[in-house]
Order: sequence, then C-alpha cells, then structure tokens
Amino acid sequence: MERTLQPSGLVAGLRAGKDRRHGQYDPSFFARRTASLVAVALVAVALGALSGTYVGFDFVQAILDVPSGFAWMAVQFAPSLPSFGKLGTILPALGSTILASIASSCTAAVLAYIVAVLGSRTVGVGGPVPLIARGIASLFRNIPVVAWAFILLFSFKQSEFTGFFALFLTSFGYLTRCFLESIDEMGSGPVEALRAAGATYGQIVAQAVIPMSITSVVSWVLYMIETNIRDATLIGLLTGTGIGFVFDVYYKSFRYDVAGLVILAIILAVVACELTSNFVRRRIL
Amino acid sequence: MAEPLLAVRSLTKSYDGWSKALDGVSMEVARGEFVSIIGSSGAGKSTLLRCANRLVDPTQGTVAFDGCDVTRVKGRELRQVRRCISMIFQHYNLVYRATSIENVLQGRLGYKSTVAGALGLFSEEEKRRAFEVLDQVGLADFAYTRTDQLSGGQKQRVGIARALVQDPLLMLADEPIASLDPKSSRTVMEQLRWAADELGIACLVNLHQVDFALEFSDRIVALKKGRLVFDGLPSQLDETAIADIYETDEDDGEEAADNAPDAARVVEEAA
Repeated sequence: MERTLQPSGLVAGLRAGKDRRHGQYDPSFFARRTASLVAVALVAVALGALSGTYVGFDFVQAILDVPSGFAWMAVQFAPSLPSFGKLGTILPALGSTILASIASSCTAAVLAYIVAVLGSRTVGVGGPVPLIARGIASLFRNIPVVAWAFILLFSFKQSEFTGFFALFLTSFGYLTRCFLESIDEMGSGPVEALRAAGATYGQIVAQAVIPMSITSVVSWVLYMIETNIRDATLIGLLTGTGIGFVFDVYYKSFRYDVAGLVILAIILAVVACELTSNFVRRRIL
Repeated sequence: MAEPLLAVRSLTKSYDGWSKALDGVSMEVARGEFVSIIGSSGAGKSTLLRCANRLVDPTQGTVAFDGCDVTRVKGRELRQVRRCISMIFQHYNLVYRATSIENVLQGRLGYKSTVAGALGLFSEEEKRRAFEVLDQVGLADFAYTRTDQLSGGQKQRVGIARALVQDPLLMLADEPIASLDPKSSRTVMEQLRWAADELGIACLVNLHQVDFALEFSDRIVALKKGRLVFDGLPSQLDETAIADIYETDEDDGEEAADNAPDAARVVEEAA
C-alpha cells in the first residue's frame, strides 16, 4: 500500500486541500476546520488586547470604575418631582423632533425608491445609471449625519430645516442602498413574465416591482424612523432645535434632573416607536 | 399550406461574442400546432424560446411571427407582438403577494395604457374573463387565494391562465413541468394540449421529459449544442435519434459523465 507523508499544521492543511484526491475519505477535514476556527478566535483576542493596550484601556480598572460611574449618574440624573413641571416645554419639543424624523424618513423613502428602481440591476434602466445610483447612495450614507448638520449649518443657519435636511440626506443614502438590495434580491421572474406579456416599464414597476418589494420597503422605513428619532436628538444639539436643544439647555445649566427627564422621554418615545413598528411589521408580513 | 405562424430562419445567438448558444437554427411552427423542443441542458432551448418574443435579442437571423419580423420591431410594435405571444415559465414567475385572479389579469397589461395598467384599472369584462379562464384550468375555488399558498401544480395553472387571458396566437412554455410531480405534470401538459386543440393556440414547449414530448406533441424539434439536429414527427424519433441528441462528447469531462446515465434512462423511458 502506498503511503505519503502529509505535512501537518494550518498552512499545510490549507495547501493540502488543493492536491487532495476527489472521492476519498479525508480524516483530517474536521480537525483542520477546528484548527482554523481556533486560529481566528485567537487573532480576534490578540487584536483586542493589542489595540486596548495602545489606547491605554485597562480592562480591570474599567470593571471597577463602571459601577460607581453608573451610581453617580443614577443619583444625578434621576428626574425629581419639580422637574416634571418642565414637561410643558419638553413634550412639544419631543413631538416636533418625532415629526421631523418621520417627515425626513418618508420624503427620503419616496426619492430613494425612485432612484433604487432606476438603478437596480434587475429592473433598472441600465447603462451608467446603476453605478451613479450606487455612487450617490454611498456618498450620502458615508458622510455622518453630524457632519452633514455642520455643513448645512453654514447654508441654512440654526433652524428646524437644517436638522430635517441633514436627516433627509443620510436617510436617502441609507434607504437607497437598502432598497437597491431588496429590489435586486427579489428575483426577476415576474418582471420577465410581464415583459413577455407586453407590459410597459411603468406597468412592470407598478404591478410587479412594488408589490414584491413593499414589505421590505415598509420595514426599512420604519427602521429609519426609529434611527432618525435617536439621531434627531443629536442633531438638535447642533441646530438648536427640538428635544436635543431642550436637553442641552438644562444640561448646561446643571439641571441634571430635568436633563434626565428629557432622556427618559426620548427613551420612551424610541421604545414606543419600536413597538409600533414591530406591530406593523408583523401585520404586513 | 398557409404561411407558418412562427418562422425562425438561420437564427444565431452568442452571449459572449465567441461561443454560440444558438447556431443557425431554422424551424417553423404552424397555427394551432404543438411543437416540443428537446435537448440536454445548455443546448439553447430557452434561448430559442426567448428569441421568439425578444426577451433575448438574436445576434443573427430572423424570426417572423404572423408575417411580422420580430427581430426589427421596437417600442409599441414590440409590445403588440408580445401580447400575441404568451409565455409560461419553469418557476411560474407569479407575483406571490397577489391573488390568483390579480396574477391572471396581469396577462392583459399588453392591451392597457401605461396608466390604466399601472393602477390596475381593468374593465369588468376583463375581470369576468380572468375568472372564467381560472375556472377553465380548474382553479375557480382559488381565484381569491394568494398565490404563495398554492401548490406547484396550481401555480403553474395560474401561469397558464395568465397566458390564456392574453388571447395569444402562440404560447411559449419554458420547461413548464420541470419542477412538478408526475401527476401535476400530466395536468399541465393536458391543458397545454387542450389550448392547442380547442383554442387553436400554437404551443412551443421546452421539455426535458422525452416521454411527455412523444405523447403530447404534433412535432418534435431537438437541439444539441445550439444546432438543430432533429425536426420531425414523434413517430420518427427512435432510440438511436434520442441517444444521439443526448450523447455528449468525451472531451466535455465531468459533465459528460453526469449526462450519460441520464440519456440512457431517457431512452429506456421512451422505449
């Protein structure tokens, strides 16, 4: 019987994969798979330790400090009874922030959907359009919303519109990307069937593309609204509007109890929004 | 004899510029005739069908449908040709979020203006007709059921109803029974045969099952590597002809080895 000596170890194992003969039992297959998983885990731990050391992150110290930090926060930011008197200013600001988030998400969704349909690989108009659509999506998505707010502040000053516009631009980029994926994923079968039946482009989009992608579109828009409510708070700090501004004012005047109440209100709003969107998602799927 | 409904003349299609999916294929389909195309995977069967309604643009050659050169038409004219040629697919290609009757009505889109079609504004008459056709394929009970809840055979029958409601002269079927069990396959084939016999709709059907092709067709056409290698009556297709159609060259390597037992089985079934 012929026996060949096999070199052992991870690299050799990978190399052996190439000249292994087909149709034979490979006793080292699972051992090699385990070895590569362990190697990946070790690399991850090593990278974490290395970068932690570099920025001076002391894991033990962090564990010791965090509880006391939270305790301090709990004491300082606990909403006091008088702070509830400020609800009159907090709630309208929160309301306008939520409305701005919804408005920016929905406006962005309409435009993003048009761009995504035209730029999709399966039902798009072809030519350079898919590339342009992906480029635009990538540009708007990869500039952080805070950066957009800073840039737009120069043009539109501190106003509700600046915040709206900043949220709109990032949402547009993000949603275009998501819609492109959804549309390309849904399969071109029905599109082909309608084309074969002599349908026009508009008919194909309305009768096949929209019905097939509508659930994931609604799902993404709901997710975008949630994200935008969170981001709108941050944007409000910069543009001096909405709930972010209210938080800023009380935080800087050392009224931590009221600031805590503002945070509580934001958390409740986001949770409520999430519950609503989960409910809607369950119903439409 | 009158001029053929579909006349394909030395049709050649190349997707990448050098290898040919179709190589000088010429064939005809008469009105009301049931023609099957057989051949192994990758022989160019789907490409041939898709050249007939221009889902694929041929590289060379012509396709004449009902006296009109399909390879030259554009825009509105192309739509008018397409609405006279309906198509059935292996994977049904239905909009699964919509009900059966809504899917059937989509077969009428070629007759509607863009706006009316996009908004789904079908006339009462069209809606009644869609229901009647569903009744004809035995799906009256499922007219208002979402198509993702139907079985494979039922989905394909919705596909047939969508094709029939188009009032076509020619029905193209791209492996209509490749994903179905034997019983559903028979139902689907019987309905296609019925459309040819009773409604006078010519059928051009891609098939992998030689036994079904022998049983249902008026004429059988065979493709091998993009070339037409057989065109004749089912009775003329004997074992040697079938073995030749499914025979693969030695230099094809693994694929040849995969296909060889397949061809042998097909011959057995046909015998």
